[in-house]
Amino acid sequence: MAVAFLVLPLIALLIRAPWSSLGSLLSTPEVRDALRLSVICASLATLISLVVGIPLAWVLARTQIRGRGLLRALVTVPLVLPPVVGGVALLLAAGRRGVLGEPLYNATGISFPFTTTAVVIAETFVAMPFLIISVEGALRAADRRYEDAAATLGADRVTTFRRVTLPLVAPGVAAGAVLCWARALGEFGATITFAGSFPGTTRTMPLQVYLALESDPEAAIALSLVLLAVSILTLGLLRDRWLMRT
Amino acid sequence: MSLDAHIVIQRGALPVDVAFEVGPGEVLAVLGPNGSGKSTLLRVLAGLAHPDAGHVRLDGLTLDDPAAGVRLPPHRRPIGMVFQDHLLFPHLSTVDNVAFGLRARGQSREAAGKVAAHWVARMNLSDHSSVKPRSLSGGQAQRIALARALAGSPRLLLLDEPLSALDARTKLDVRADLRHHLADYAGATVLVTHDPVDAMALADRLVVVERGQVVQVGTPIDVSRRPRTDYVARLVGLSLLSGTAEGRSVVLDNGALVQVAEASTGPVFVAIRPAAVGLYRSRPDGSPRNVWAATVAGVTPYGETLRVDLHGEVPLTADVTPEAAAELDLVLGSAVWASVKASEVAAYPA
Repeated sequence: MAVAFLVLPLIALLIRAPWSSLGSLLSTPEVRDALRLSVICASLATLISLVVGIPLAWVLARTQIRGRGLLRALVTVPLVLPPVVGGVALLLAAGRRGVLGEPLYNATGISFPFTTTAVVIAETFVAMPFLIISVEGALRAADRRYEDAAATLGADRVTTFRRVTLPLVAPGVAAGAVLCWARALGEFGATITFAGSFPGTTRTMPLQVYLALESDPEAAIALSLVLLAVSILTLGLLRDRWLMRT
Repeated sequence: MSLDAHIVIQRGALPVDVAFEVGPGEVLAVLGPNGSGKSTLLRVLAGLAHPDAGHVRLDGLTLDDPAAGVRLPPHRRPIGMVFQDHLLFPHLSTVDNVAFGLRARGQSREAAGKVAAHWVARMNLSDHSSVKPRSLSGGQAQRIALARALAGSPRLLLLDEPLSALDARTKLDVRADLRHHLADYAGATVLVTHDPVDAMALADRLVVVERGQVVQVGTPIDVSRRPRTDYVARLVGLSLLSGTAEGRSVVLDNGALVQVAEASTGPVFVAIRPAAVGLYRSRPDGSPRNVWAATVAGVTPYGETLRVDLHGEVPLTADVTPEAAAELDLVLGSAVWASVKASEVAAYPA
């Protein structure tokens, strides 16, 4: 029952897919724009998550600082928060009237909402926890004695992290990055709330799907197929390259 | 003195307080049972743990001095360490593992690679220099771990149970090999082991640690001939008794009398080799002997012979051949007579 419930909708998607006109549906300028924007934004969000998420994962896994439990709880909030609430929260923080956004706008004239930057911010907000949790788990599972060995060989903390710890947890980092990227690619709620839906600048694939469903259902199905394919590919990557090996 | 250490550290419920010195070129083995705190000592020397009190000085350089607030982090200590299961970095090739320390200490890739290749060659593993550690055998991994520790020309070499990860046959080869390399090494070496054979074979001097305290210090020969605690005696296969000497007889703490080879007075230890103990069904007589009644408390195979634990007036261990054991009909609880020639009994001041 449960399997049927989970799988049937996907099968329906495949049955109703306009296979013959798939090529032309996916090559319209709007779709190509949405696809390009999605890939760019999701990749940027993943990159940002890697740069700021890995150090945080290290702090969570390796240090004994006070409030670490609280920190971890805060990191996991976006995982369970409805994305649309995340979008509202981002708007209140970084919007033109936001807590941070208003002084920023007054000082520099920069405003995030309804820009491509906003898309990246929204996606990072929602997807980064996947990376952090994944990397933290890998760091905890890694044998810390290798770090001891590196220290006795004259490597300081930074060198040890770069040349020993990071290579040892590389599979975990890669798995986390793939998860993060996939999540960012499918982001809808926070994006539409914080960034809106402007063709070419903020209208990513999921937004395009939602919009197309009303005007051109066939195009919506075609786009959904692309997203489904990406999801399956992600699963396949994780399974073959990392999950199976461990 | 090259290394001068007095280490006071709390290890769980066990207070560790141990002092020792190691000269240049000298190999000191810290021998002790599991949980005696000996590995903690090594971690302190490496800077991976820090003492509560005492000091660690190496050639005049202070590594640890809690009273003065000195605590040099591991990566700034001129040391090399070989870990119990080698801990070769799995993502680096053999030669890159050896080059790691040189690179971390700021040498160029080229210079470090050159020195590392030289060390790999010295270990006769040049054919394996580009493979990953997981395809090395235990003995090969051990040699690479040693090369990695020595490549940075450390002033202090630390070995943590260097042979315990190896199977019995490899162990013999690697032990001989390690001995050879330690002889070439000019710095001080501290080796931690629970295996008395490794300690005897590799060390110039032993420090025996039990429950966080030094119980005996001496050369391997000294320690093996004159153990001062039950643990050491059992390690070297001797029965250890304590008592008070008056001339050539020793009154043991439990009142039993032992005839010994050399005359002395005052508190002594008495050590008896298991091979020197003869077992009989009926009481033997004749030349000046020690003869005690005993019951068999255990029989275990020991190499070619059987090791028999005896309870009685004098607790002893005896080695007998399987034939003799069959003849004597030795089973748990058998009553026997144990006899030892006075000339086979060593007594030394306690």
